[in-house]
Amino acid sequence: MCVRALNAPRYTSVMPIQTVFKAEIERISILDEHCQFDEKLGAGLIPDEDLVRLYEAMSSCRYLDEVAFKLQRSGRMGTYPQNMGQEATSLGAAYALRGDDWLVTCYRENCGLFWRGVPMESILLHWMGDERGNAMPAAHYATPIAVPIGTQMLHATGLAWASKYRGESRIACTFFGDGASSEGDFHEAANFAANLDIPVVFCCQSNSWAISVPQRIQCSAPTVAQRGIAYGMPCMQVDGNDIFACVYAVKNAAARARESSRPTFIEMVTYRLGDHTTADDARRYRDQAEVDLWKLRDPLLRTRKLLEAKRLWDSSKEDAMRQRIEVTVNAAVARAEEIAAPPTSDVFDHTFAQLPPDLVRQRDSLQTHSLAGEQAVHTEGH
Amino acid sequence: MANLNLVQAINLALIQEMERDERVLLLGEDVGINGGVFRVTEGLQARFGARRVVDTPLAESGIIGTSIGLAMGGLRPVPEIQFEGFLGPAYDQICSHAARMRTRTRSAFTVPLTIRVPVGGGIHAPELHSDSPEAIYAHQPGIKVVMPSSPYDAKGLLISAIRDPDPVIYFEPKRIYRAFREEVPEDEYTIPIGKARLVCEGTDLTIVSWGSSVIQCMQAIEKSNRSIELIDLRTIYPMDIDAVTESVRKTGRCVVVHEAPRTCGLGAEVAATIMEHCFLHLEAPVQRVSGFDTIMPYYKLELSYMPDASRIGGAIEDALTF
Repeated sequence: MCVRALNAPRYTSVMPIQTVFKAEIERISILDEHCQFDEKLGAGLIPDEDLVRLYEAMSSCRYLDEVAFKLQRSGRMGTYPQNMGQEATSLGAAYALRGDDWLVTCYRENCGLFWRGVPMESILLHWMGDERGNAMPAAHYATPIAVPIGTQMLHATGLAWASKYRGESRIACTFFGDGASSEGDFHEAANFAANLDIPVVFCCQSNSWAISVPQRIQCSAPTVAQRGIAYGMPCMQVDGNDIFACVYAVKNAAARARESSRPTFIEMVTYRLGDHTTADDARRYRDQAEVDLWKLRDPLLRTRKLLEAKRLWDSSKEDAMRQRIEVTVNAAVARAEEIAAPPTSDVFDHTFAQLPPDLVRQRDSLQTHSLAGEQAVHTEGH
Repeated sequence: MANLNLVQAINLALIQEMERDERVLLLGEDVGINGGVFRVTEGLQARFGARRVVDTPLAESGIIGTSIGLAMGGLRPVPEIQFEGFLGPAYDQICSHAARMRTRTRSAFTVPLTIRVPVGGGIHAPELHSDSPEAIYAHQPGIKVVMPSSPYDAKGLLISAIRDPDPVIYFEPKRIYRAFREEVPEDEYTIPIGKARLVCEGTDLTIVSWGSSVIQCMQAIEKSNRSIELIDLRTIYPMDIDAVTESVRKTGRCVVVHEAPRTCGLGAEVAATIMEHCFLHLEAPVQRVSGFDTIMPYYKLELSYMPDASRIGGAIEDALTF
């Protein structure tokens, strides 16, 4: 019978295994640690006058790090995570993005936030234990510093989705570490963005260490970048200490996001030159030789060398800049320290738009040291 | 005015809020063409399109995390978590972000978000589909928690939740999704968050309950020959302390009824609040009728776990004869 014939097995000697998908990961480097500059990729990417400003921005962020470290050590500030070594990543993104694209960061992206106009004293205030440091003005399109690791990428996806929903061209760019790429929320954020066509640029600051845990424990693949392949999104690795490469990659990713509402995953390979935070001592788990090697790859160093090669910079300009930076940073520290602690009512007043009656009672109890109304109940009872 | 069950009342509220406010959008697993596993969003994707009724990947943290972003971006997302047992993966986003965003940013960012979640047992569902975690979220500062017990309240409370400037978890007691119908006005109305409902007046004893347990309480009251006052909290947090204390000062006796486990259940909070506010009016210790401090059993035994009229009746007697 016909049906039987169709169902009968057919034996064949050849049934080759097919390759259904192949992938490659590109690495982008424009200004390398030896100060070699790729004229083709780098042409017109950053005008000279902007490069000078970017160098000053990185230097200023670096100096703030030094000052913040001292503030913590002298008891004037709480735990602080230094950004040292990673300045080019978020700065490159902030430079490449539109000023009204969302910048959704974790806590090692000061340089990008300052470029956006977030005042230095806000960041200081935050680490001085004052929520007002996180009251990001709407004009900066920057979300608050996110301490819960690897959770904020979902907010970037939601924020970009909200823009798309309203027909706006604003996109979102989010930052997280290689450690955070192990978190489930990273997967969910990438998966939502890819499958729902949401314009997000995912920037992984691949800085080798998640506190004491090396990248090998987070990702055993040759690159973190290739994680993006699984979501069907373009992904690449860039030299994260190369401001040009960061600008290049984010610029292209932002254009793709804006034009076709598709996400991109960029692994920015960089290195945390400092401890995880001031509460950490990296000497416990990593070799100085490794740190010394990465000091040679410092993003500031190579940018300065290029500026000098272009005769845009010299030691007198460096000295003058250093003086400017010191004035700026010291003034920011002074402003942050001048801000008095908020009234205790502040503990309550931002819990909800309108405080429920019992929270009002709890707030007032801080003044009276007893639960108001309690007395009235007793009196009435007696 | 239409005669609607709880599912239909929620559906109507969603339609009316979506028509009124372009910022309102629904997202979740199966909320689109399938209309949700309980059919609460039935017909909404056909009516409003896939842009406003969005089937998402299967990931609860992703649903809530992106909803937080949508809300920070100025929209009014109404995500659905399919069952309360699936809230676990979203706990971090709810408690570490939705609840904290306003306070962390001194109100620079807010999260006007309504998380719809079917809750509780009594429908012969599989494991992890019948829990009552309302106290867990009531304990988290920065979130409001509501749970209607009737179609009328369901509509009014949902509209309030969607319009609320802060995150609200809107628990839908699945046992009474289709248990009964009542008149639900087509016209717009709201039930204020934080206000309890006096279901019936009485003088001998106060019962405080919420969600589907309210129905069990009504059955217990019908069987009793005493004058019993029943308060349906409707809002778990912020609780309507005045309504509870006013009633207990009058009756002097109180029974709290909930499906959730006893230890650190909301009944403990109600009892402590009564002690703080009504101590000298009390004629008997506050009685708690609740689930047990065990894992919610599979469905063969679920009705033994959940408070029923008989157990509630026993507690009423204990309180009255103390």
